[in-house]
Amino acid sequence: MANSEKFVEIRHARKSYGSLEVLKDISLSVDRGEIVAIIGPSGSGKSTLLRAINDLDSLSGGEVWLDGVQINKTLGHREYEKHINAMRQQVGMVFQHFNLFPHMSVRDNVTMAPKLLKGISDKEAEALAIEQLNHVGMLERIDYYPSQLSGGQKQRVAIARALAMKPKVMLFDEATSALDPELVEEVNQVMKMLAEEHMTMVIVTHEMDFAASVCDRVIFMDGGVVVEEGAPEQVFRNPKEERTRAFLRKHLSVHGKG
Amino acid sequence: MDVDLILKVYPHFIKAAWVTVELSVLTILLGLVCGALAAAARLSRFAILRFIGAAYVSVLRGVPALIFLFLLYFGGPQIGIQLSAFEAGVIGLGVNIGAYMAETMRGAIISVDKGQAEAARTLGLSRFQAFRKVILPQAMRLMIRPLGVNINAQIKGTALVAAISVVELTYTAQRYIGSTYKPFEMFLLAGALYLFIITLTGKGIAYLDRKVRLP
Ligand SMILES: Nc1ncnc2c1ncn2[C@@H]1O[C@H](COP(=O)(O)OP(=O)(O)OP(=O)(O)O)[C@@H](O)[C@H]1O
Ligand SMILES: [Mg+2]
Repeated sequence: MANSEKFVEIRHARKSYGSLEVLKDISLSVDRGEIVAIIGPSGSGKSTLLRAINDLDSLSGGEVWLDGVQINKTLGHREYEKHINAMRQQVGMVFQHFNLFPHMSVRDNVTMAPKLLKGISDKEAEALAIEQLNHVGMLERIDYYPSQLSGGQKQRVAIARALAMKPKVMLFDEATSALDPELVEEVNQVMKMLAEEHMTMVIVTHEMDFAASVCDRVIFMDGGVVVEEGAPEQVFRNPKEERTRAFLRKHLSVHGKG
Repeated sequence: MDVDLILKVYPHFIKAAWVTVELSVLTILLGLVCGALAAAARLSRFAILRFIGAAYVSVLRGVPALIFLFLLYFGGPQIGIQLSAFEAGVIGLGVNIGAYMAETMRGAIISVDKGQAEAARTLGLSRFQAFRKVILPQAMRLMIRPLGVNINAQIKGTALVAAISVVELTYTAQRYIGSTYKPFEMFLLAGALYLFIITLTGKGIAYLDRKVRLP
């Protein structure tokens, strides 16, 4: 079957809000272990596309597949709920605003879902929390509450929380955009580490340097379509499309590199 | 002011105050149950439940509690509902305050950041699991103080059952005025006891609010 090759595959994705067409027939795929960056101007549909992967925003048309299974299957309400909850366990997601659970300690943020959904014991949960928090360098904050952490620390805990479900793919929606500049690097470091571990990742970002240094492929979106995609060197150094050039000119010059 | 009279009658007022406390506790408990059910109905994904919840809230909030109480107690027997004055008082006022509590609870639930539910659902939690583990614990903290306002109103609202002759604090004050002709002393005494009950309850609510506050 063709989809065994393509680990994540989006086929003819369409999405409209009323008369506004946000995604216009987008098809793309991500291989196992591949790291893909999605860039593009505000409102181009990057978040919508990312959120369609785990059906947080449902598509108006098209299909999303993960590892040979269709995520957005047509099923009755109850069957679909069961199906999508099982699929979402395999898709980790990291948000711009962290969305940590403020009423839970760092430990419980990481272990709540695995305990509830995988029925692991308290002992296994503790080991899992230690493993995942150690991984992102947050073990010493295990007993803290989210409000007691900096933005960068929050985002690292949010990454550990997602990883604790042992997802097949990780989605990042501007994971560093809400951070103070000096805190961006610690989160980027964690993402680089995941890249070295060959975690499959789809990363929506405004940070061109990061995309260039970490990602295998860059996808430039504008107006709900994929305008251009390719290796970072190609897209950033020799963009084929005028829209890509215009975007990069504007975006890179903001950072004084024009 | 007739202090001797106050000292003579106050044990009867204390007894009546206990009835007010009892009425308050029962109406508040019933109100919490009705409120939770109505809030759940209003947030349901089924349109019919949303309609029923909304109808309950707007009808009960649109009719004076006293009219609803009279309807239940005096009008009830006409349609086969026989209730003692105390029962009618508890049910009438409990169902009434439930409409206000429903709005308080719903408000707290919908004011929890949408990102919380998204994060929970993204991890694979069902709608119900996300509600129970993530939304509700945060909403509960948000609703304690506004529910305290409803509770305060309800304690004072129990005075309405004097109109159907339940022997609680307000009714007792009126009865003693009939025999002593000293309304100032009698209402002062009743008012002081209400103030005492409400102050104590307010302290309890403030304590609860502090206790569950997040770091
Ligand atoms: N729930 C919604 N209802 C209506 N329109 C929406 C909704 N969500 C997104 N949109 C619209 O869809 C378009 C794409 O939004 P999206 O969030 O995917 O853009 P984006 O590329 O992620 O932008 P940004 O870089 O600002 O995050 C925008 O025009 C947005 O206004
Ligand atoms: Mg976005």
